[in-house]
Amino acid sequence: MSVLVDKNTKVLVQGLGKTGQFHTDKAIAYGTQMVGAVHPSRAGTEFHFEGETDHSGVSGRGDNYALDLPIFATVKDAVAATGANASVVYVPPPFAADAVMEAAAADLELVVAITEGIPVADMIEAKRYLHGSATRLVGPNCPGVITPGECKIGIMPGYIHQRGKIGVISRSGTLTYEAVHQLTLLGLGQTTAVGIGGDPVNGTSFVDCLQMFQDDDETEGVVMIGEIGGTAEEEAAEFVKSEMSKPVAGFIAGTTAPPGKRMGHAGAIVSGGKGTAAAKIKAMTAADIVIAETPSDMGEAMVSALR
Amino acid sequence: MGRHPRRVQERKQLKIHEHQAKQLMAARGIPVPLGRVARSVDEAAAAVRPLIEESGNPVVVLKSQIHAGGRGKGTFNEHPDVRGVNVITDGIEGGPGAAEAAVRELAQQMLGSTLVTIQTGEEGKVVNRLYVEQGIEIDRELYLAVLLDRATSRNIVMASTEGGVEIEKVAEETPERILRAEIDPAIGLASFQANELAHGLELEGDAAKHFAEFVKALTQSATDLDTDLIEINPLVVTSDGLVMALDGKMAFDDNALYRHPDIADMRDDTEEDSAELAAKNAGLNYIKLDGTIGCLVNGAGLAMATMDTIKHVGGEPANFLDVGGGATADQVTTAFQIITKDPNVKGIFVNIFGGIMRCDIIATGIVEAVERVGLEVPLVVRLEGTNVELGRQIIDESGLEVVNADNLRDGAEKILELTT
Repeated sequence: MSVLVDKNTKVLVQGLGKTGQFHTDKAIAYGTQMVGAVHPSRAGTEFHFEGETDHSGVSGRGDNYALDLPIFATVKDAVAATGANASVVYVPPPFAADAVMEAAAADLELVVAITEGIPVADMIEAKRYLHGSATRLVGPNCPGVITPGECKIGIMPGYIHQRGKIGVISRSGTLTYEAVHQLTLLGLGQTTAVGIGGDPVNGTSFVDCLQMFQDDDETEGVVMIGEIGGTAEEEAAEFVKSEMSKPVAGFIAGTTAPPGKRMGHAGAIVSGGKGTAAAKIKAMTAADIVIAETPSDMGEAMVSALR
Repeated sequence: MGRHPRRVQERKQLKIHEHQAKQLMAARGIPVPLGRVARSVDEAAAAVRPLIEESGNPVVVLKSQIHAGGRGKGTFNEHPDVRGVNVITDGIEGGPGAAEAAVRELAQQMLGSTLVTIQTGEEGKVVNRLYVEQGIEIDRELYLAVLLDRATSRNIVMASTEGGVEIEKVAEETPERILRAEIDPAIGLASFQANELAHGLELEGDAAKHFAEFVKALTQSATDLDTDLIEINPLVVTSDGLVMALDGKMAFDDNALYRHPDIADMRDDTEEDSAELAAKNAGLNYIKLDGTIGCLVNGAGLAMATMDTIKHVGGEPANFLDVGGGATADQVTTAFQIITKDPNVKGIFVNIFGGIMRCDIIATGIVEAVERVGLEVPLVVRLEGTNVELGRQIIDESGLEVVNADNLRDGAEKILELTT
């Protein structure tokens, strides 16, 4: 098993601009079932992808791939024609929240928003719109979701992953890669790696992912990577303490971040004494989460948590 | 992360001055005192008479305009007896002429001088603008703010009876005095919520009614203007029952500024660090710190973690610098220029985990940057990820004096060793 995505996930790409084309190509090379694109100005046409297979992805494929991806005007049309159950959003920031709502209106199970720089007010509205809907949003401003060997949705490099037994949850892209790479080198591998994103308003929280990994038979432990800002890590620690039987290791970025400064991610800010790394590490330690002192120690922290 | 090239340049929060915030509020029917902005002593003096005539109050207030709080208690380096905010009462007995003379004298001392408050740090901030405002007879001082509550993904109103003091202090000492109301984005602040807040603030009669109108207009403004934060501290009830913003702080979501060109124009570049501004213009994300080890990293989380690791092994980072997911050789060069311009920097640590960003591109960028900018301090490079072999090869063949690191911790230890 895995969480969120697997070999049966059929994916639409919303926004087939330069970025969308580049990463859709990589996803197809990995073996992800890309079934269609939504890009109104090119609706009715097809986009041709071809290249060398990424053999770190889905196994049992030839050395080359070629695919004509059909392009649709709306998500509803695309779903009707392709049976897609997930989408990935590369739509530019001013229109991205609307794209997320459109995906929800078409009853997709999962929408992964990669776009960085969406206005907060737009995400507040989109989140309100998603309330009560069956659609799960991951992101925005995230690297995406990958179940190694089955499905890659997003911008992460596929080859650093290896199918295994650890779930990974992170607010940061490059730190996810660090953790994944170490888990691969240690032979632990990953069940699924989820980038929940660096924005203050996002669709899926640490707690949501922890619950999924707790319920997933294949997952034996979880690495969670947080950073300064907000209280999501503290809430996650509470959840780990009361609901999780599986071991959890963690890392928090931003111990040295000066207060009042946004550290790259919109959500990474210590303000009014809230959201400090120290408070998060304290809460996580109290929940028996093994804290990695530096990012180079995340894999080892997982090893010691598993003991 | 999923960086879209179109908006790479806009990543920080825009803050504006009090006088600008009040101008925006006044334009939306939110009561603020009468006032005029002054960039020179003459402008400040000239503001006094019309202000007294219009308000009917011989008292005026002269306020330093800087992006930091605590101005009322702050003092000037050059004039330790002058405060950042001054109430001028000379007009009560001496008439407008006396008020004007007093404002002139104070403005001479304040403009161009360095104001130090609890929020500016020891170095303080130079005052380039003053705000001359009508005096207000205050009955009560309250606190009011509209900000994002990340736990609920909604904006909330925070209000307190304890105006004029730092809200963090109230939250710590008397949290029961802070009232909260959640704003449903589909509805806005409902009337009953505004009334509940008024009731909680022990307002009655006209003051309660005026407050409810005030808070509804303010929450609507937060949505319409895409603010990150509006803080009114203090919100005052005047002796005749009016509710008014005596101070006003606004910060905006940079990602939404494309919808508000008028607000984007309010940016005061003199308030921003020049290196941070240069980085921003190059599409880089840079924050200056006080240490000696410069860092160049891809990804915000990794950039933070690199600083943390330097500190962990006993060093002090000189900066936060995220070159982003798709940096060009030019951007890497600019990044090097910015880092090496900082005289505190004794060594540079480049830490790249190439995902989409290929290591060979970064390596080429580093080599070009050193050729163009020169390098007088030790350089440690840690490359990992896509095309790492090619990247290392490019650096090895360049003949640059570069120390290779195996991982983040190893790199941090090596650069520390080379700089101490």
